[in-house]
Amino acid sequence: MLSIHVTTPPTTERSSSRRFRFNWVDSFLWFIRIFAIITIVVGLTGSIQGFLAGEGPSVEQWRDLFISSVSTGAMYGLIALGYSMVYGVLGFINFAHGEVFMSGIMVGWISATLMFENGFWDANPFAALAVILLVAMFTSTLVAVVVERIAYRPLRNAPRLIPLITSIGVSFFLQYVFAGLFGVGVNSYPPPPGNLGNDVIIFGVPIEGTKILVIGVSILAMIGLWFFVARTKTGRAMRAVAEDKEIAGLMGINVDRTIVTTFAVGGAMAGVAGLLWALLFRGVIFTTGFLPGIKAFTAAVMGGIGNLPGAMLGGVLLGLFEGMGPLLVLDGLGIPAVSQLKDAVAFAALILVLVFRPSGLLGERLGSEDRV
Amino acid sequence: MKNKRSMRLVAVLGALALVAAACGGGSDFEAGELGAVTIEAGEAIQIRSLQVITGPDAGLGIPEERAVRLAVTDYGSIAGHAVEVGTGLDDLCSADGGQAAAQTIVADDQVVGVIGTSCSGAATAAMPLVSDKGMVMISGSNTSPALTSDLLGTAGTDNHAGYYRTAHNDFIQGAAAANFLYGELGLTSVALIHDGDPYTNGLTNAMEAAWKELGGTVTVHTAVAKGQADMVPILTEVAATSPEAIFMPIFVAETTAIVQQIGGVAGLENVVLMGADAGLTDDVLLLPEAEGMYFSGPDLRFGDAASETGTSADAFLANYQAEYGEAPTAPFWAHAYDATVMLLTAIDAVGIVDGDKLHIDRAALRAELSSTSGFAGITGTLSCDDFGDCASGKITVIEHLDSGDIDASKANVVFSYAP
Repeated sequence: MLSIHVTTPPTTERSSSRRFRFNWVDSFLWFIRIFAIITIVVGLTGSIQGFLAGEGPSVEQWRDLFISSVSTGAMYGLIALGYSMVYGVLGFINFAHGEVFMSGIMVGWISATLMFENGFWDANPFAALAVILLVAMFTSTLVAVVVERIAYRPLRNAPRLIPLITSIGVSFFLQYVFAGLFGVGVNSYPPPPGNLGNDVIIFGVPIEGTKILVIGVSILAMIGLWFFVARTKTGRAMRAVAEDKEIAGLMGINVDRTIVTTFAVGGAMAGVAGLLWALLFRGVIFTTGFLPGIKAFTAAVMGGIGNLPGAMLGGVLLGLFEGMGPLLVLDGLGIPAVSQLKDAVAFAALILVLVFRPSGLLGERLGSEDRV
Repeated sequence: MKNKRSMRLVAVLGALALVAAACGGGSDFEAGELGAVTIEAGEAIQIRSLQVITGPDAGLGIPEERAVRLAVTDYGSIAGHAVEVGTGLDDLCSADGGQAAAQTIVADDQVVGVIGTSCSGAATAAMPLVSDKGMVMISGSNTSPALTSDLLGTAGTDNHAGYYRTAHNDFIQGAAAANFLYGELGLTSVALIHDGDPYTNGLTNAMEAAWKELGGTVTVHTAVAKGQADMVPILTEVAATSPEAIFMPIFVAETTAIVQQIGGVAGLENVVLMGADAGLTDDVLLLPEAEGMYFSGPDLRFGDAASETGTSADAFLANYQAEYGEAPTAPFWAHAYDATVMLLTAIDAVGIVDGDKLHIDRAALRAELSSTSGFAGITGTLSCDDFGDCASGKITVIEHLDSGDIDASKANVVFSYAP
């Protein structure tokens, strides 16, 4: 920020003149901010002009794209919760969380295939989906807890970088274990059961059943998590440990058990996200967790690392930027074949959010060790 | 100092010993400019197989590697030396995989040639290494024009000496697809989707050129990222341009995602979907959502054409079934077989027998392969041009009607094209 200091109080002898200083870094950041705003505005006007002229996607197509992006974003948000919680409590990024997410989908795929083969899938859609949900949540939670116990607990007192590197190793380890167990091809879920694939009319707008289910389940999961964290004793313990591990231990909280609970809850949320992936994208392969994991981490940072509502908001926004950004902004700038730049837009969004608001959208929540 | 002097003496003696060893042998064989491989008595001739054998596209590469092994068995030994393929290498259908595998191959000086890669993207990374080492590579399924030429005399950007292929050049397949959609189905607007790699991009470019020459319009020419799961945004972009057809010569995972998600995008209900040989695998054909799609690919109606080993297509398929318990899951098995036999025939022709050793001069091997003409293969009669294209180049388009009977679908030829 430009700082123009008018007068110094006469008492302070610190006459290192705090006057107008041209700071290259700050000016460059301002240049980036202004350039970004101009680009986005120009792109948007271009798209709106094109839309009014009848080119580009129709209203129905925009609407479907919006709903699809929001549902993908809700899924990213649930995965991001796991990253945020672990960072809040232990202060490191758990890169293996993407694979925790993938493990739920993989094991759920087995139950889905079995249920599909004996007809249960189509006959009892909601029961079948509930089974997948439970299987996915159980698997993801189990993997998260086991990884914490084996890979992270021994490193509890190590410098923060060490468990981070370990988590990268765990990530690859889990990927290849699952590749060995489930094969290297794409494992496809059966089509959504019953009538879920059809459109449901809400307020006169036809929305695909699966998307509604995805958004609904995410909202329920978020409410459940909020209730757990804000209203229960364990939740309070989690918040205390996130605030300051040492003092929480002195207050009589079992820090180890609370950390395990944190991982477990993060894993459970990833399990729910796994069900959503199965509904939205149907195919799972051993590398499925990698890119959504990175994007969810991006979302968590965008919303403010350590901040749970921030993680959810970051996820939804990332889904929107990624899904609608290319068509909305880049197309208006005249760039051809914009869909290739989907991932570039997603990560550019992260950079821009941080350029404008370095602590994330809703502010970060760090433990006492990290707070300056 | 005494130490230094005696060290120097040892070094000189050592150098002399090395020179003596290198120059020894008493043979008259002189290697050409690219060097030569000498196979001692009792040793085997080393060739390698480099195909995509893991990952979602493994169904494309595994039949090719197996075809290589069956061809080696059928051909037998050369000048009393057995031929060894060693462990099958994995090109991962990507540039990284191709480069890593190529580094493994060129580290072994005894390797004479490689049958591979499956994917053009891997070949563009592998060829510089293989070519520099003087080795040869013959592919049974690379089709990107960049690896050879534009069929009009201009070398492709990734063309290297020592590269050959028995699969068609995609300029032919692009023209085939264009002629099918425009001439046979009477469509005039198409959307093109590739995934950025040399094969898919080369094919959509070739198709676009042929399409525009016929008078059609391309509504949008866009791309997915490899491994992308969410296809709704790109399908929305395509739907916004209202094409009559979508030509998407992409690989298994992306084709699966698109056909599973296209139902959720308004405006694409009646669009004609067409894929190419990268999607023409059992994994895609088994999907009920892929019914109604067209696929272009190599003409597999080989009839009675037999390789120089005496094996015809039917005999090969019977051997394959007996050995591996299933039919090939993708179309390029015959091309890989012919590529292997071509390499072994060339080795046989240029190999110089020296007592019980065998010398294979690398430059002579390349010259022999480049002058291949009238070579009898399962895929037809092969002749190599200056840039490495050796294929007979016939393309067919099949219509996939029934995911419950994919053999019938694979045989359901609705259009054929030859240059």
